[in-house]
Amino acid sequence: MAVKEVSIGDITARNSEAEAEFKGDQMVINMGPSHPATHGVLRLKVELNGETVTKCEPVVGYLHRGDEKIAENMTYNQFIPYTDRLDYLGPIHNNVTFALAVEKLIGIELPPRCQAIRLICCELARLQSHLLGCGVYGMDTGALTVFMYTFTEREKLYTLMEQLTGARFTTSYTRIGGLARDIPEGWLGNVLKVINEMEPVVDEIDKLLSRNKIFYDRTVGVGVLSKEDAIAYGLTGPNLRASGVAMDLRKDEPYLGYEQYDFDVPIGTNGDCYDRWLVRLEEIRQSIRILRQAIDKMPDGPWYAEDAKKIFAPRKDKIMTSMEELIQNFMLVTEGPQVPAGEVYFEAENPKGALGFYIVSKGGGVPYRMKIRSPSFCNLSALPKMCLGHMVADLPVILGSLDFVLGECDR
Amino acid sequence: MQELSKQLTERFPFLSARPSADHPAVNCPQDNVLELLRTLRDEDGYQMLMDVTAIDHYEASPRFEVVYHLFHLERGGYLRIATPCEGDSNPICQSVTELWPAADWHERETYDMFGISFRGHPDLRRILMWDEYPFYPLRKEFPLAGEEVELPAPDFVEQTGGVRVEKAPMMGGPFHSGQKGPMSAREPRADDESWTEVKKRGSDLEGEDDKPREFRPTRT
Repeated sequence: MAVKEVSIGDITARNSEAEAEFKGDQMVINMGPSHPATHGVLRLKVELNGETVTKCEPVVGYLHRGDEKIAENMTYNQFIPYTDRLDYLGPIHNNVTFALAVEKLIGIELPPRCQAIRLICCELARLQSHLLGCGVYGMDTGALTVFMYTFTEREKLYTLMEQLTGARFTTSYTRIGGLARDIPEGWLGNVLKVINEMEPVVDEIDKLLSRNKIFYDRTVGVGVLSKEDAIAYGLTGPNLRASGVAMDLRKDEPYLGYEQYDFDVPIGTNGDCYDRWLVRLEEIRQSIRILRQAIDKMPDGPWYAEDAKKIFAPRKDKIMTSMEELIQNFMLVTEGPQVPAGEVYFEAENPKGALGFYIVSKGGGVPYRMKIRSPSFCNLSALPKMCLGHMVADLPVILGSLDFVLGECDR
Repeated sequence: MQELSKQLTERFPFLSARPSADHPAVNCPQDNVLELLRTLRDEDGYQMLMDVTAIDHYEASPRFEVVYHLFHLERGGYLRIATPCEGDSNPICQSVTELWPAADWHERETYDMFGISFRGHPDLRRILMWDEYPFYPLRKEFPLAGEEVELPAPDFVEQTGGVRVEKAPMMGGPFHSGQKGPMSAREPRADDESWTEVKKRGSDLEGEDDKPREFRPTRT
């Protein structure tokens, strides 16, 4: 019988090979740009060791439209529709923030009624955004039901928006120095009805998720960002507050008369995904509280600043009958509204964080340079830090808890 | 407001007051910017870097200015610091990423939009535009309508014969799932399966198949 010789080779080499095989290489996977968990066109280049994330690099810019370049080429009021497309989950707040920034540059004082209406718009936008944020966050952790609850409520808010502005999403409601129109009759009653219906639902989703074992296990201790890191990364909004920093521009740098309203700023302690959920949920309740007060003491009076009319909008009925208004309208159409030279930086507490407009004007009708400081962009930049060492299945949870929107991130 | 910028200019002789319609603002020479921001962060409580951006003054020199906005966490209030960049066609600015990691993305964006190189930035790449993009869109000479550029994927251009607008290659959506056939075939996948790991795409098969491929669903 012939014996066939079988070489077993170098044992040590084989062992080390086996070990390498056992350890495995780092695997690089792409999440997105079209992935249900990335909430828009965000791409993550994730490096994995087994299932553990060793590196995560967000790739943004898929939705870049060059809003800042566009802004340099149009008058201020013309840019308002573009602000709808920044944070499109609470578009009316962007309208308000942009208008406030330009008004600061011109030095327009708003009448109290205009301020109060804008404040209601801001808080409604916060509700819209947070309801979506919380609902989708539930979905990211596997709790589909919450989404149904929040979307029912959110839909009512968009009906309110339609009554107010004529559009559900692309609101374009503000004008520099005022609003597109006054609130329709009976609208405040509708708002009150919607928030009265919303309150028990918020309690319900709180009961559904906050003490839910699965949700608790998936979010507590996941995606922790310390107070120091949150500040260093320039996080703002609910994400910063969940890390324990009591920064809310509505309190720190009050605008629209926020100092007259009584509300609390919820603060987290651990800065993990669970805290971000709790902070957002509490902010919904506080927004409802602010809305009640605002509806209660809605002042009467003009909803457009008189000074602004001189710059931006002569009265329609006077244009054809009064010489002064006719000339003014002619100048506006041919040269655009004349805005003084100077630079301002204005930030407001948007649902996602501090949305800032840095406007450099050299006089004339168009800004020389306009920078949009978007909260989602800054919040996302902390993502590589947050998901380090977590399982790949935790990524959707961390992403959901950050509640960013790419329209604003990419501009 | 004016008081604070006055105080600052007295404390740091290299600063000069900057006209501003709102917050205190100072101009700082390029060489001192890192030192100034460090002092402001550590001693004056301006802990948050809210924004970094640039202004293109076009025909002036120095042409580019980098602008920082700091926020005071305890008492509120912003501070604006502007610094001119070295060089007008290839501007250079000191990076502040070592002070705030937040500056990382902001500086990448400023580089992307204005072409300002940040000295000491750990990973200076484009962020909003794609890596091969040859222009700096927020410079004043760049036209609003944009410039024609090569598409980022040359193999795709070859397939389309240079046509710029084409149907998306993944018809039916990336998550389209077929409703017929066995369960295993119903896994959501791109409808366009004209190339897979096994069947290479056109550019990998040079000379083998000269016909331009059509995009059509292969599954029945």
